[in-house]
Amino acid sequence: MSEEVKKKMIDANELRDKYLREGMLPTIFCNGCGHGNAIDYTFWAIEELGLDMDKVALASGIGCSSRIPGYINADGLHTTHGRALAFATGIKAANPDLHVIVFTGDGDCTGIGGNHFIHAARRNIDMTVILLNNFIYGMTGGQLAPTAPIGSIATTAPYGNIEQAFNISELAKALGANYVARWPISYPYQPIKSIKDGIAKKGFSLIELMSPCPTAYGRRNRLGNIEALWNWYEENTILIEDYEKIINYGTEEEKNSIKEKFKIGVFQDVDKPGFFGEYEKLVNMLIEKDDAKLKGGSQ
Amino acid sequence: MKYERDPERIRRVLGDKVQFIQGDMAVTYGAVLAGCSFFGGYPITPASEVAEGAARLFPRVKATFIQMEDEIGSIGAVIGAAWSGAKAMTATSGPGFSLMMENYGYAIMTETPCVIANVQRTGPSTGQPTLGAQGDMMQARWGSHGDMEAIALAPSTVQESMDMTIESFNLSEKYRHPVCLMTDGEVGHLREKIVIPDEDEMELVERVPATIDKEQFIPFTDSQTQEGSKVPDFPTFGTGYRTYVTGLTHNEKGFPATDKPPDHQRLIKRIVSKITDDREALTNVEKIELDDAEIAFVTFGASARPAESAVRMARKKGMKVGMLRMKLVWPFPRKVVHDLSKKVNTIIVPEMNLGQMVHPITEYAAKDCEIISAPKVGGEMHLPDELFEILEGV
Repeated sequence: MSEEVKKKMIDANELRDKYLREGMLPTIFCNGCGHGNAIDYTFWAIEELGLDMDKVALASGIGCSSRIPGYINADGLHTTHGRALAFATGIKAANPDLHVIVFTGDGDCTGIGGNHFIHAARRNIDMTVILLNNFIYGMTGGQLAPTAPIGSIATTAPYGNIEQAFNISELAKALGANYVARWPISYPYQPIKSIKDGIAKKGFSLIELMSPCPTAYGRRNRLGNIEALWNWYEENTILIEDYEKIINYGTEEEKNSIKEKFKIGVFQDVDKPGFFGEYEKLVNMLIEKDDAKLKGGSQ
Repeated sequence: MKYERDPERIRRVLGDKVQFIQGDMAVTYGAVLAGCSFFGGYPITPASEVAEGAARLFPRVKATFIQMEDEIGSIGAVIGAAWSGAKAMTATSGPGFSLMMENYGYAIMTETPCVIANVQRTGPSTGQPTLGAQGDMMQARWGSHGDMEAIALAPSTVQESMDMTIESFNLSEKYRHPVCLMTDGEVGHLREKIVIPDEDEMELVERVPATIDKEQFIPFTDSQTQEGSKVPDFPTFGTGYRTYVTGLTHNEKGFPATDKPPDHQRLIKRIVSKITDDREALTNVEKIELDDAEIAFVTFGASARPAESAVRMARKKGMKVGMLRMKLVWPFPRKVVHDLSKKVNTIIVPEMNLGQMVHPITEYAAKDCEIISAPKVGGEMHLPDELFEILEGV
């Protein structure tokens, strides 16, 4: 057992005491919901980074995952449906010292909030988006989400979904986000590492966590108990590296077997400039010019 | 990039004390003078010049300008910036104002200070983008869902576009409430002389920051504020108060109280009455020739301009006509309108809409005062002659 793992086992309860906002408990989450794991992974990432929680600002939209900032003892802006990234842009603009972390869901971020997501990623705004993808609108009782795989049953798709699903991480990568990773919540360490890397990264980071919704999605789609839901991730995901290997060197049969699988892993890790850094450069250039003009006595 | 208001730099960037500029640009000037450090906007006629002005001036005073992806994102970013401590604003016109309504309500519910300039054009829908109107007056008051109070100002001149932008920030800071600057395409595109105030000619109001012990602090209560105030001190993000802010009905701690009627009643009554309690103090009107008037125009914004001309025309002919101009339209100046209605026989309400402000005027006027609505739509201002004709018909 590595030192790191030992440390975690020792400190787990202490860690929760340190970061949970006790007055808000219990959570609204159902049995088997993966969102609690996401909170836990975030705490580990924050702990390992040693962030000052007075300098962490959380934002969220509407939905189950957007309730997460309530349970974390930090400043939190629980905003309107889909708009968290726009609010977060303002939070970061006015105080660049803050670590801005957004909790959002697949419906919140890519359904109603798709436009803000596209542009926050394109501008490479310095924030970390932890997106919990459960393929469903859980809070409202199980309506069709833009991420639902074809054939999924939802209350508003009672005969099965006929729409193409949104591939969130691929989109974020295409938009030029500095850091993009996708992991199922059933992976205990990789999400922590990615959240850590995402927060430490300057620019836009997306960590898409596949999180089960047994109540609204699993039950309706007869995916079985919690264990079965976790196994579903095992059977339906493939590491990016393995995927590339098969696509490049695999047999037709192997290629067919991975077609429908979700790629997981780190999709992108680059260091391109972001909006606020560039804006500050522009400001400094203008101020210098104005001040030089003043000294030159032209006014 | 952290903003610090630098009066000397601001004046240097704005330039000459006396200028001849457009109403929209004057709104940007007002924002710069007020110490606005964040502008999030989206292009829309006839308000784009406000954003263009901000894009040009804001970086030169170390303030942030960002062109957002839409109006919903614009006001969202504005509210986020406000929670990080910025004085923040956006500017738009009818369609964008409609898009902002949900987050306008969010700002009201979360008591977020910010300013929304609405350079009104005709509607509904896309309407006449380049033509002015006053059709959003009720939207500013009632446009978001649920119970609320509004604070809205209506400039009639370019000078007022600047001055009232500063005033909008002051009121938003004082009441922790989004303030609507209800200008219009006529005043917004009008060019007039303005005089930029010196630092000692301006009063700037800042929100009261939370200073109480962090363990004791309750963010959404009036029990910890300065005596008599219903406006809680502001726990700026990043200052260690670790405040949870939600648009859900929340208790005094800020925690969701979605199934508790008393919490909802307490919250909504407080965020409405913090403004209505000060209705008289907020009332801001201009009175023209009212001392002996028997007929009065009650006006606001652009339509006050032809109304004032009609008053002068009438006075030349010996008619006892005056005008009451509401500089602040919401909260509605009930008392001054009521008092006027007891003095005059007739009130005429010219508006560039089918009759909006005439409703509260009728509601609060004495029952024996005749109220005449003088609406005009189609993107044209009233002509003084048209209003004079109405006077002659009284």
